[in-house]
Amino acid sequence: MLEKLPMTALYGGVLIGLSATMLLAFNGRIAGISGILYRLLFSHLDAYERSWRLAFLVGLLAGGYMLLPIEFELRKGYSSLLLACSGLAVGIGTRIGNGCTSGHGVCGIGLLAGRSIIATLVFIVSGIITVTILGSFTG
Amino acid sequence: MQRVIIALLAGIIFGAGLVLAEMVNPIKVQGFLDLFGNWDPSLILVMGGAVTITLLSSRFILRRTKPILADRFHTPVRSLVDRRLILGAVLFGIGWGLSGYCPGPGLINAMINPTEAMVFIPALIIGGWIGQTLSAS
Repeated sequence: MLEKLPMTALYGGVLIGLSATMLLAFNGRIAGISGILYRLLFSHLDAYERSWRLAFLVGLLAGGYMLLPIEFELRKGYSSLLLACSGLAVGIGTRIGNGCTSGHGVCGIGLLAGRSIIATLVFIVSGIITVTILGSFTG
Repeated sequence: MQRVIIALLAGIIFGAGLVLAEMVNPIKVQGFLDLFGNWDPSLILVMGGAVTITLLSSRFILRRTKPILADRFHTPVRSLVDRRLILGAVLFGIGWGLSGYCPGPGLINAMINPTEAMVFIPALIIGGWIGQTLSAS
């Protein structure tokens, strides 16, 4: 099991934590990706509120791009129906639950926000149940 | 302008972290959630690393009366654990497990696995819009 614990996972996590720290310390904002995306798409924002969110998302893609190509094998032939249902559930869930892995899992827990601690436990357990059920269908 | 540059840099660091940690690999994420199957624990290190940093830094940051470049902290004000929060987290977990994508890695996959991203990202946005409509009512 230990060989499955690459240090890059830890370094990547530290980078994510530093990013959230930076946004909070300088701008006073939460690095929650779903919230940033939905506010940008669905809310009427002034120029600054729009620009910083857009800049963060552009940065997210650029930062990811800098470390490409990836070394893992790409998943091929995965069910489009599952992908579509997944996207819908993630979209509705993170909007009504006000956050995803980043907002609740990283920033919220860091702030010791009770809502975020509960939400994170719930979505991890819900994810585990989903993958377990999915696995029993696909073998 | 300074604050927009900070947001850009924070985004770059976040995106690099997600790729370095292999959070953008949905097979790995599903492996982490496959607790009763062939469990892959490495994402504990990702969450652990990230949360250790935010737990430590938040103590110092929130001692300040305001952020370095802004006039106040936009931290969550709500503290009530309500049905919406739980229902949202349950739904999000289901979606996360079905594909292995949460929002950030889903977006970055436009550059890694566009075949999957062109289904996941539009569905994510439509879902977000449905959630927005439900929340408003």
